[in-house]
Amino acid sequence: MTDDSPALEAQPRQSPLHDVHAAAGASFTDFAGWLMPVRYSSDLAEHHAVRTAAGIFDISHMAEILVHGPDAAAFLDFALAGKLSAVAVDQARYSLLLDTAGGIIDDLVVYRRADDSFFVVANAGNRVPVVEALASRASDFDVTVDDQSDEVSLIAVQGPRSREIIAATAGITGIQLDELKYYWSTNGSFDGVPLMVGRTGYTGEDGFELYIQADAAAALWAALTAAGQPFGLQPAGLASRDTLRLEAGMPLYGHELGLDTLPVQAGLGRVVNLKKEGDFVGRQASELGAPDGARVLVGLVSEGKRAGRAGYAVFDGDVEVGAITSGALSPTLGHPIAMAYVDPGLSAPGTELAIDVRGSRVAASVVALPFYKREA
Amino acid sequence: MADLNELKYTAEHEWILVDGDVATVGITAYAAEKLGDIVFVELPKVGSTLVEGTVVGEIESTKSVGELFAPVNGTVVEANAAVSDSPELVNSDPFGEGWLVKVRFTELPEMLDLAAYTALTGE
Repeated sequence: MTDDSPALEAQPRQSPLHDVHAAAGASFTDFAGWLMPVRYSSDLAEHHAVRTAAGIFDISHMAEILVHGPDAAAFLDFALAGKLSAVAVDQARYSLLLDTAGGIIDDLVVYRRADDSFFVVANAGNRVPVVEALASRASDFDVTVDDQSDEVSLIAVQGPRSREIIAATAGITGIQLDELKYYWSTNGSFDGVPLMVGRTGYTGEDGFELYIQADAAAALWAALTAAGQPFGLQPAGLASRDTLRLEAGMPLYGHELGLDTLPVQAGLGRVVNLKKEGDFVGRQASELGAPDGARVLVGLVSEGKRAGRAGYAVFDGDVEVGAITSGALSPTLGHPIAMAYVDPGLSAPGTELAIDVRGSRVAASVVALPFYKREA
Repeated sequence: MADLNELKYTAEHEWILVDGDVATVGITAYAAEKLGDIVFVELPKVGSTLVEGTVVGEIESTKSVGELFAPVNGTVVEANAAVSDSPELVNSDPFGEGWLVKVRFTELPEMLDLAAYTALTGE
């Protein structure tokens, strides 16, 4: 038996909730330099809990950067691909940080906290490049870029029962849950500590992400877990988070997104706002569009149980036409699913291709993303 | 479930249980736990010849793919159809219902006993 998962690096960082996870029996994995729970008992049980009831995830490894000052909105319009000045206070927006060539430095969720204050949430592995890019782009603006990643913890509660769980959690006060729409946030407190709750997530289910100072995270986790018990809430690790986001067709940086990927290739052309006034980093390259023949992201489905994995080649007959970026046997759908970049002429749903699964060919059909969509 | 002291182990996390000239082969609980939820198992066919140390099957979890190495030279006399239908047996009972193949062997190589294997995994 050997296993192709990556070896542990020396001394990864630990979440403020590490001891809580260890006590709950978690197995840990190194993710972007952090030792995070990969599963507590069973990836599949955790996956199904999120689809049918609810799961609670520690995603404290994510980076949080506060951007504030009189020019904050104008600065983010220049620094990011979206028009953040058009985002209302308490609203959230999915955005991209591009380089001058139009490649993706990171994908982000940005919450507007006040007219002059924005909270930028970045991937753990991109904390340094994101903070550096924001700081270097800020020179002509009256704005402060404050990396608060070490002080802020992030807990996600995801699944159809998550709203009831947040509402039932002892100690949470002041939030406006009933009026909270998807991609909006509300502010309150937990045991007197400031709490921000966003109706956001990375699972394809209804869900919430809770931001709190790191030293209050363990108490909040315990309160949520206690409130969630009657609703079937389970702690869930990064393994289930990955299969959940894959079913929901959500890209993962380093797999579907990277510096050598243009947003339009990843199906994220709509995130780059070419209509906004003024220049922004990556505008010129984005206006040129993708070069002829640039591969595009598609969904692939197969029959049987043998899943294509990241890096596996995709074929049209005998011609290699692409590569898988993420793939798994879908726990919800029961058949293999994958995201892959393929030649642009082969991206239409219904196109029949094949995946090289460790030397043998498995037939695969192109489908529109997402693979899974919850019932409204 | 087999008595763990009766089994022999490999550094690749297989176990074997010897009965006459037939060895039952499986993967250890440690290996199953490391893989996560096992969703697909591909086993060598009955009658196929195994060469010690070569890859003869695959064990896939939601997250990764593990390779099954032949722990001995020999011929497959039975493959566990139950784990092909219900791969989760490898997680729930790796030393029992989750066995993988039975191999008629010619001679046994040097293998680890439980103490040596436990020392290897550090658990």
